[in-house]
Amino acid sequence: MSGAGRRGEGRSPHPLHRVAFAALLLLAMAGPALAAVGRPEDRLRDPALELQAQQIGRELRCLVCQNESIEDSDADLARDLRRIVRERLAAGDDRAAVVRFVHERYGDFVLFRPPFNAVTALLWAMPLVALGGGLLMVLPRRRRAARAEPAPLNEAERRRLDELERGGGA
Amino acid sequence: MSDASAPRPRRWLLFVPFGVAVGAGAGFYAMLRGLKTGDYDPRGVPSALIGRPAPEFSLPPIEAANLPALTSADLRGPLPGPVIVNFWASWCVPCIIEHPALMRLSREGVPVHGVNYKDRANDAAAFLQRHGNPYTRLGRDESGRAAIDWGVFGVPETYLIDRQGLIRWRFAGPITPDVLERDLRPLLRRFA
Repeated sequence: MSGAGRRGEGRSPHPLHRVAFAALLLLAMAGPALAAVGRPEDRLRDPALELQAQQIGRELRCLVCQNESIEDSDADLARDLRRIVRERLAAGDDRAAVVRFVHERYGDFVLFRPPFNAVTALLWAMPLVALGGGLLMVLPRRRRAARAEPAPLNEAERRRLDELERGGGA
Repeated sequence: MSDASAPRPRRWLLFVPFGVAVGAGAGFYAMLRGLKTGDYDPRGVPSALIGRPAPEFSLPPIEAANLPALTSADLRGPLPGPVIVNFWASWCVPCIIEHPALMRLSREGVPVHGVNYKDRANDAAAFLQRHGNPYTRLGRDESGRAAIDWGVFGVPETYLIDRQGLIRWRFAGPITPDVLERDLRPLLRRFA
């Protein structure tokens, strides 16, 4: 609480740090995209369709490993699901139909981006709830800090200031 | 900051971190307890098929096991009583653990239907020869496609179908004596 009056001093990170951080973040996000699991013989011959299959597969959770998508997982079930995604695409299903096929069988948990419904409402609202809570805590304090006038100097302080300004002092 | 216009320190705020820590600790303790008693399973995934009829499937029999095959028609209501559908494989170690529970249910007259998942027919038959056969009907799901239609993500998995032919319960993992007494038996009574 003692820091309330010191805001905005020397807080912003060095610009180079920001660039380095952004680069690291990008690298971390690019990692999964670069790695390709799966046997070549399972891939579709049509590159556009195969790309679509991979995009769909990355949206689907492998229920064996749970934190990997079916595109990234080496589990047997993930391989079966990769094949099913490709079979259905090759048979002419669109993206929504393929996702629905897996969703109907494995439920919301299989989708890395769960649908918005009564059960998942809190999950989706959480960022807003957290942000709102943070603002509720920070805003009143900022307003108060902005309003607070610096306390007038008392007699001893004024004398000391005069001394300093005259070039005296200890 | 000593004069009256300065913001008064709100001392109760000091206790907020403490309160958060206590709350988190209580939640963590509840989770650990749940893990121990089996009430909480962090990997547990609810089945998407609860309350719905079994998906369409038609599986061939395993000749060497000398049991009738299993199709979705065998699970359509009305049924004389609740039935159990168990996905298993001879290569699956937890399936050996749960086998005595299935044998008990079958001896008590509960129909237990088996789906043999991604297995060799001879191995499956040898497994039943060695450990005993609890199954009334047995289908062979060599490709695992029927299992995917059920939302199975590993063996063993066990489903309870009520008299109307609706899926009421799914358990992923071995039916231990504890699961049998605490979960399955009350459900069998409820849907009898």
